Amino acid sequence: MSIRGTEIRIEGLSQRYPTRKVPTFNRVDLVSPPGEALAIIGRSGCGKSTLLHILAGLTKGTEGRVLLNGTEVTGPSPRWVMMFQAPHLYPWMSVTQNVGVGLTFARWGKKEIEERVTEAINLVELQEFAQANVQDLSGGQQQRVALARSLVMEPEMLLLDEPFSALDAFTRAALQKDVRAISKRLGFNIVIVTHDIDEAVIMADRAVIMAGSPGDIVHELDVDLPDPRERTDPEVQRLRARLMATFQEAANYKKPEVALAGAGR
Amino acid sequence: MGNGVATADQVISAGISGNCLSRFAKSTAHRTVHFIGGLAVLFALWWIGIHFITQNPDLSQFKDFSPKAAVEALPELWEDGTIPEALKTSGYRLGMGLLLAIVIGVPIGIMMGRSRWFQQLTDVPFQLLRMISPLSWEPIAVVVFAGWEEAIVFLITVAAVWPIAFSTAAGLAKVDPNWFKVARNLGAKPWHMVSKIIIPAITFDIMTGVRLALGVAWIVIIPAEFLGVTSGFGYAIQDSRESLEYSNLMALVLVIGAVGYVLDTACVLLINRFSWHRGDK
Repeated sequence: MSIRGTEIRIEGLSQRYPTRKVPTFNRVDLVSPPGEALAIIGRSGCGKSTLLHILAGLTKGTEGRVLLNGTEVTGPSPRWVMMFQAPHLYPWMSVTQNVGVGLTFARWGKKEIEERVTEAINLVELQEFAQANVQDLSGGQQQRVALARSLVMEPEMLLLDEPFSALDAFTRAALQKDVRAISKRLGFNIVIVTHDIDEAVIMADRAVIMAGSPGDIVHELDVDLPDPRERTDPEVQRLRARLMATFQEAANYKKPEVALAGAGR
Repeated sequence: MGNGVATADQVISAGISGNCLSRFAKSTAHRTVHFIGGLAVLFALWWIGIHFITQNPDLSQFKDFSPKAAVEALPELWEDGTIPEALKTSGYRLGMGLLLAIVIGVPIGIMMGRSRWFQQLTDVPFQLLRMISPLSWEPIAVVVFAGWEEAIVFLITVAAVWPIAFSTAAGLAKVDPNWFKVARNLGAKPWHMVSKIIIPAITFDIMTGVRLALGVAWIVIIPAEFLGVTSGFGYAIQDSRESLEYSNLMALVLVIGAVGYVLDTACVLLINRFSWHRGDK
């Protein structure tokens, strides 16, 4: 598999719902270089999940745009794939069929699908379960299938919407490390939305904190740590503490009055 | 995922399947006992009923209705071609009617399940049409269609289309919307949503609808064949009644019941075979 990353450029992105007075977020700007693993941290309701859906082309922003290597995102595409909180596998398909489903949408040949799927299944270490019924797999294994289903498309950008929050701590830790390792090996971008500080420190190259109403990026922090990252590593702990402090500071963040007046239109 | 874990898994699954096997043997034995026992009770009640009725000399002609007379008439009806002929013609009409009902009912069901607007618009008319006995359409069907054959197929279609459409719609309503989101995210086109997601997701519900439809259609086909045609089980029943061959009539009734039972059982087997729902098997 050869995957290249992409430059993600978010320009003046706003989202407001007609029923709500205050926009979910207002004129967000963000750039992520090719191959970067970016974590967006924030409390629930700050608009981080909506931002991710716009990046995936599953929702449209009210204003502004998202550019990938200069091309505007206008809808979903196999070039950028999202992983959700739950695996949402198709229970009538085997592991292999689930992994290959995106390629059948793209009308790939049977043999090519087989090759790619085998590769993706090996990547997430599910070889033994290739023919299994997905309903027989554990939660962690199911999420691995969902990961393989995304990777098989060879995306330039993998979007993760709190994808491990439903898993037990051990499985979660293993998958966090694996996803980071795979992304670094293949070179694609990751954008992960989470409220878990540990997850950001283990997985990301850079963490941005979203807060306020309307939401905005209020802080960012480089997670400049060597791989593989262990939770018990003092350096990881130190960075975690720093990120935590920044996060708490951000929780009390209020937007300047000027911006609010502009948003209230 | 070490080898040790896999081995432990295999041991556990072997234990479970061993258990399943003995449980399966037990349940098969239970089912066989119930099958034979239930039939024996039915035949006994039938026999006792006719026995008591024919005690009265005025009602002695009812002896032709006894299970013994019916069973004795069976080989003759088979050999003179009545039963094979009826199986063929009634079976053809049933098959055509069901096929049409599936072709019409499944898309209607999908539209009902997918479009709230369509569902609300059609709810009252469909509920109303559903309540009309298909046989009420017979006089109209005879006028509209060139022959009785087509009219009968139409009546079966009318009977069978509703269970299929409603079951399809109900199945679609239960489909996880996230399946569509994931598919869209992976580049699915609208027709992929139908062929790769909707149809496989609701095959179970469609087949459940077909099973219900088959039951209704098999009930409707007999009276539908009373008129106009000179073949099929309905005609054979009518013919034996008119020629006062009551043992033949009872034999045909037995065959009709048996065929219905076999068709329904085949449906259940198919449903289990194609169902991805856990706990249905």
